Amino acid sequence: MFSRDNWKEIFETIQKNKLRTFLSGFTVALGILIFVVLFGFGNGLKNTFSKFFEDDAQNIITLFPGQTSKPYKGYKSGRRIEFDNSDLEDIKTNFPIFLEYITPRISRNGLVKYKNESNNYSTRAVAPSHQIAEKTIIMKGRYLNVKDVKEKSKTAVIGRLVEKDLFGAKNAMGEYIDIGGSAFKVIGVYQDEGGDDEERRIYIPYTTRQLIEKNTDKIDQIIVAFRPELGYAGALALDKGLTEFIKNKKFINPNDQNGLYVRNVAEGLKQTQQMAFVLQMIVGFVAIGTIIAGIIGISNIMVFVVKERTKELGIRKALGATPKAVIGTILLESVFITTVFGFIGMIIGIAILNSMGDKLKDRFITDPYIDMPIAIGATVLLIVFGAIAGYIPAKRAARIKPIVALRDE
Amino acid sequence: MIEIKDLHKSYKMGSNSLHVLKGINFSVKEGELVAIMGSSGSGKSTLLNILGMLDELDEGSYTLDGVPIKNLNETKAAQYRNKFLGFVFQSFNLINYKSAMENVALPLYYQKVGRKERQEKALKYLEQVGLKEWATHLPNELSGGQKQRVAIARAMAAEPKVLLADEPTGALDSKTSYEVMDLIQKINDQGNTILLVTHEPDIADMCKRIVHLKDGVIIEDKKVEQVRASQYV
Repeated sequence: MFSRDNWKEIFETIQKNKLRTFLSGFTVALGILIFVVLFGFGNGLKNTFSKFFEDDAQNIITLFPGQTSKPYKGYKSGRRIEFDNSDLEDIKTNFPIFLEYITPRISRNGLVKYKNESNNYSTRAVAPSHQIAEKTIIMKGRYLNVKDVKEKSKTAVIGRLVEKDLFGAKNAMGEYIDIGGSAFKVIGVYQDEGGDDEERRIYIPYTTRQLIEKNTDKIDQIIVAFRPELGYAGALALDKGLTEFIKNKKFINPNDQNGLYVRNVAEGLKQTQQMAFVLQMIVGFVAIGTIIAGIIGISNIMVFVVKERTKELGIRKALGATPKAVIGTILLESVFITTVFGFIGMIIGIAILNSMGDKLKDRFITDPYIDMPIAIGATVLLIVFGAIAGYIPAKRAARIKPIVALRDE
Repeated sequence: MIEIKDLHKSYKMGSNSLHVLKGINFSVKEGELVAIMGSSGSGKSTLLNILGMLDELDEGSYTLDGVPIKNLNETKAAQYRNKFLGFVFQSFNLINYKSAMENVALPLYYQKVGRKERQEKALKYLEQVGLKEWATHLPNELSGGQKQRVAIARAMAAEPKVLLADEPTGALDSKTSYEVMDLIQKINDQGNTILLVTHEPDIADMCKRIVHLKDGVIIEDKKVEQVRASQYV
């Protein structure tokens, strides 16, 4: 059945019936192409959602002080909560097994000057581990270190775009910039994947900021990183523990929703991934629909092909073709066409996805791709169903008596 | 070569049954050229279809070259057709996307003859019917007479025991008909057994024996003096 002679016969038939070959091939190729592209776009959507979060570390819980809305233990409501340095130490001592690192953050906006250039920038006063939390990438020099914090030194790490704005083509390293009236030495330049805004920031030691602000020990926010191996459940436990601990320490009513805000990246990430998953399910559903439409299409064409060839098959039978030979001829032809065109469609689809890259980033599709096993699986599925769809009419055709097939001129 | 005894065949037409062949007894020896004649509805085509294993008999027996033809499954029937029989149809029934040579070679493909040998044989038979130089042409590039000659070459290519021709000249004008008959006579002269269905008396006269069918029975079976077609060509 698979001899070279058989294949030659099939190739000749295919070559001499170009329209038929094109019709069935086109259906299959288009079906697979649409499937691959749709599925790839689904993955692209997922990529986009993941990227929103990849910019920052994903094991982060951020604590924001609020304003109480309920009286508690003799304190009136409407009291403004503030964090200070002792909170950092207390969290460190109370949650040692959970913690990877901890950093405060004090954000101020203000005019920053270098010689004649000036601009408004957000200055963040932080501890050295903030670099990990924000995934700050140092391009030149270094980030803030423990010594800077301890000595309250006037050093600054500036964003790539800050350097570009203030220094132009010049190197900012070692130069002094004026931040809110104090001179800071530039010790490093960084970049960040979070976009332009994140590269227009300046990092200074939090202790220096506190010194400038009348030697206070207040801090704006506390960023806590938990050990990633704790997983989602561990993150929730720490989230709960921290909330209870701070509320207790600051005398906030445990039921007060406004005294303390906690943002857990893990939670948001999970929700987003769930949403991306649902999106991909929808896209996958549409893609499967495309495959089914493709199968129906190829089935119809096979019925048509067999119908069109009824007389030819009758002649072949009269000349001595066995039913097996008739079925073999039709099936091999159909499988051959669907295989070749299926893989052509798949390759074009993958090529389209690969050429896309981040061109559709504005439409929330980043680096669309499809896993090879899924693409090949879908193609094979279509081939198999194409064969089954071809087998049924082929079998019927093989059973037709040649005399019936040769009748009606 | 062919032995038919008490053959009956009827077709179901809804609730009615149409009795087409009502007890045919008939035999053909090797090398005969038999014309089966009769008006339409006489059952001559049904008889030929049964002889060609394109249709099944209801009652009676049919023996072809000593082999009883009975209760054949599709595969067996196909193999027997391929081995024993060559067909020539009124409407030629060439495969339109295959060249003359490929059409002639097709029965050999089903005999699992190798490609080279197939082509050589096909050319040989095309040469016999005088169409060697048309080997690469498609059927729609040939005239009716040429098409029928290709069909005859195809029927001969498998080297069958019996050649069955169903109104081979039915779609041709008289001159072409005689050309085709000349070819059939020449093939018969080489010793091949040929059965031919026709309703044209002049064509029947070019055979060696005429069997008359009417209403499903043989009313006349006579040997005739063969008229050579070559004198009209």
